[in-house]
Amino acid sequence: MTILNKIKAILALTMIFLLALSCDPDDDGPQMDNFDRTAMLANWADNIIVPAYQAYASSLSNLKTSSASFTNAPDQATLTDLRGQWLAAYRAWQSVSMFEIGKAEVVTLRNFTNIFPTDAAEIDDSILSGSYNLALPSTNDEQGFPALDYLINGLAATDAEILAKYTDATNGQAHKIYLTDVINRMQSMTAEVLNDWTSNYRDEFVNNASLTATSSVNKLINDYIFYFERSLRAGKIGIPAGVFSGAPLNTTVEAFYKEDVSKLLLIDALNAFQGFFNGEHFGTTTTTTGASLKSYLDFLNTIKEGDDLSTLINNQLNLARTAINGLNDNFIEQIANDNTGFLTAYDELQKNVVLLKVDLLQALDVRVDFVDSDGD
Amino acid sequence: MKIIEQSYFKRNTEAAPLAVFRILFGLMMLISIVRFWSNGWIDKLYIQPKFFFPFYGFEFVKPLGQFTYLVFVVCGIAAILVMLGYQYRIAIIVFFLSFTYIELMDKTTYLNHYYFITIVSFLMIFLPANAYFSMDAQRSPKKSFQLIPKWNIDALKLILGIVYFYSGLAKLNSDWLMKAMPLKIWLPAQYDLPLLGDWLQNEWVHYAFSWSGALYDLTIPFLLLYKRTRVPAFAAVVIFHVLTRVLFPIGMFPYIMIVSALIFFDSDIHKRLLDFFAKLTKTSRIKFDNGAVLITDHSPWYRIKMGVITAFFLIQFLLPFRDKLYPDALFWTEEGYRFSWRVMLMEKAGYANFKVVDEKTGKRFYVDNADFLTSFQEKQMATQPDFILAYAHYLQKHFEGQGHQNIGIFVESYVALNGRLSQPYIDPKVDLTQLKESFKHKSWILPFNDEIKGF
Repeated sequence: MTILNKIKAILALTMIFLLALSCDPDDDGPQMDNFDRTAMLANWADNIIVPAYQAYASSLSNLKTSSASFTNAPDQATLTDLRGQWLAAYRAWQSVSMFEIGKAEVVTLRNFTNIFPTDAAEIDDSILSGSYNLALPSTNDEQGFPALDYLINGLAATDAEILAKYTDATNGQAHKIYLTDVINRMQSMTAEVLNDWTSNYRDEFVNNASLTATSSVNKLINDYIFYFERSLRAGKIGIPAGVFSGAPLNTTVEAFYKEDVSKLLLIDALNAFQGFFNGEHFGTTTTTTGASLKSYLDFLNTIKEGDDLSTLINNQLNLARTAINGLNDNFIEQIANDNTGFLTAYDELQKNVVLLKVDLLQALDVRVDFVDSDGD
Repeated sequence: MKIIEQSYFKRNTEAAPLAVFRILFGLMMLISIVRFWSNGWIDKLYIQPKFFFPFYGFEFVKPLGQFTYLVFVVCGIAAILVMLGYQYRIAIIVFFLSFTYIELMDKTTYLNHYYFITIVSFLMIFLPANAYFSMDAQRSPKKSFQLIPKWNIDALKLILGIVYFYSGLAKLNSDWLMKAMPLKIWLPAQYDLPLLGDWLQNEWVHYAFSWSGALYDLTIPFLLLYKRTRVPAFAAVVIFHVLTRVLFPIGMFPYIMIVSALIFFDSDIHKRLLDFFAKLTKTSRIKFDNGAVLITDHSPWYRIKMGVITAFFLIQFLLPFRDKLYPDALFWTEEGYRFSWRVMLMEKAGYANFKVVDEKTGKRFYVDNADFLTSFQEKQMATQPDFILAYAHYLQKHFEGQGHQNIGIFVESYVALNGRLSQPYIDPKVDLTQLKESFKHKSWILPFNDEIKGF
């Protein structure tokens, strides 16, 4: 055998080895003690994400019904009902906001649903001129829940004056149209996202269980942490508390015009966030759980024998909840009376950012981006 | 001694292995450039970002906007010319300069294998790689030599040997050997690989990979040198690098190493390879077998050349050990980490939250890193002190440009290394605007509070 032939043989052996790697005969050997990421994705999709979107979509159709009654006959009773449905939908939204993946990512659902502070002056202009296009990204801050907040709570100081805007002979109709347009848009976007999940995205999501930067696990974890850092931590507390600007900005609280529900919405968001972490089925109490980030971490820990990260994260989320529960229901009052307490709650959330962005990402080996690397 | 030295440097050998090396090196580089471009990485890494992390002392090397593409074009053309052996000397110099320019633009993208290419292309400037089976040799018979001084080929073997052996030495540390870290993090995550996936969940596999990886790196240069072990050693090279390609996102590196290892083989194999290339290009190799010997003269140019090559290898021998001049754990401070063949040794994750303080009014605000850095840059920045400092200085310039005065910049940062829980990284009380980059120890890195024994 010449050396060249030997090399040929080696290359042939290597090819066989590679082929063996790339074709996957259904393994009927003993079941390895293994974490099933597909099962985790299925639990996320079937028991958390899709049910949460369904609940949100149905809350939006209730909102739609209420708003129709309101625009038919604007009075105190229909306004109160509309406000109630607005809050119910706003709370339901807190359970889906973190899932900015699939169609929601394509249509940038969060940006069109909950950008605050809303631009009240621009909304007024749009109502009066009647020319606006809510599909444009530039109108992000003229629609969604914050815009509705303005339209039903903030148009004027008293309920009578707000109702007067809708019954006004010249502009009343324009107000009704704008209110209806905003709700229609939220409903149609949500329907689009939910339909995509139930028609084909669910399977695509569950089957994309690999480790690439574009796999479902990697993408959703990145989105989930991004949501925690930007929307929950910064958006709901950090920015109004002045962490990023140096001085508190009470106009940037969530539900600025309603005032007394900012804490409620934050707690809802935190609960949903933690529920997802622990794999809790949507709409049930903590007793029903499935494969989750928590169980994935616990599994990896049996290999690594490191610190119990899932407990650390849960404990820290609980500490944050305790701190937030101690706040005023009304964050505008909270800022005015005790911004330090507000900042303390922020710090508890901030500690979790470190656990999520550093320890969790490392433990799961989540790739930030697709580029070559040779291990730092 | 002098006699041995002289007789060694007068020994000649076939030029064919060097020609094969030149052709395959040029080809690999061309593929690398095309791959880099087609992945959209020029735009993503060198055009999109607002800020680039310079290498200390090379702050003037920056991306050139849309002209950055031109640098890649130049580099790609140079690679083609190197492959063809056309105007070789100019081509390899242009390749070395353009490739090195690209690598110096932003240290975020630093990879050991890019550094490998830089130093190999530098070395190749001094090697007569166009003496055989090249367009230069074809065009001008005076430049055509069948035999060249043997040291030219040994120099390439030596640099390859250094790369392997030093990266083997670097693996002799307690995290790698005693904890199987970071493979214990990386391998289980490859859960869905066909066949291997389940297997990679086993702890003993992580240790087996760690230990055999270290053993492989330390021994492979020697096994390739000896004729009796060469063929199985080359098989090991192929399997090892293909496996790393399957398991880790390391791009072209495995192929480059496999191709480079061919240099260890005797010239008859290379001649057969060249015959194959000749067939593809409808030319012939035989005409280069002219029996001509590239005679070593003792001109000043030769002396300068040998001086440069000697200095080059001296640096290659010593540079990887410079971390010993710094206190605290190398993996933690990363002082002396680059350019020393430390590959796949760390899984490091970090978080850095920058606070800008008006020193007069005490007002403060936090920086949103995404406003300034790409996610890849942010990831790299958060775990490396020199990045953190460079970024803080950039922020200082930015905010001073916005009219802020008397600002101090502080960072709250956490880093987790090789599966340890995250801990504070940079002293949060230190005003980063008051610090300067240097090769001195960065005393503002907080202590590691653990020990990693070994190299």
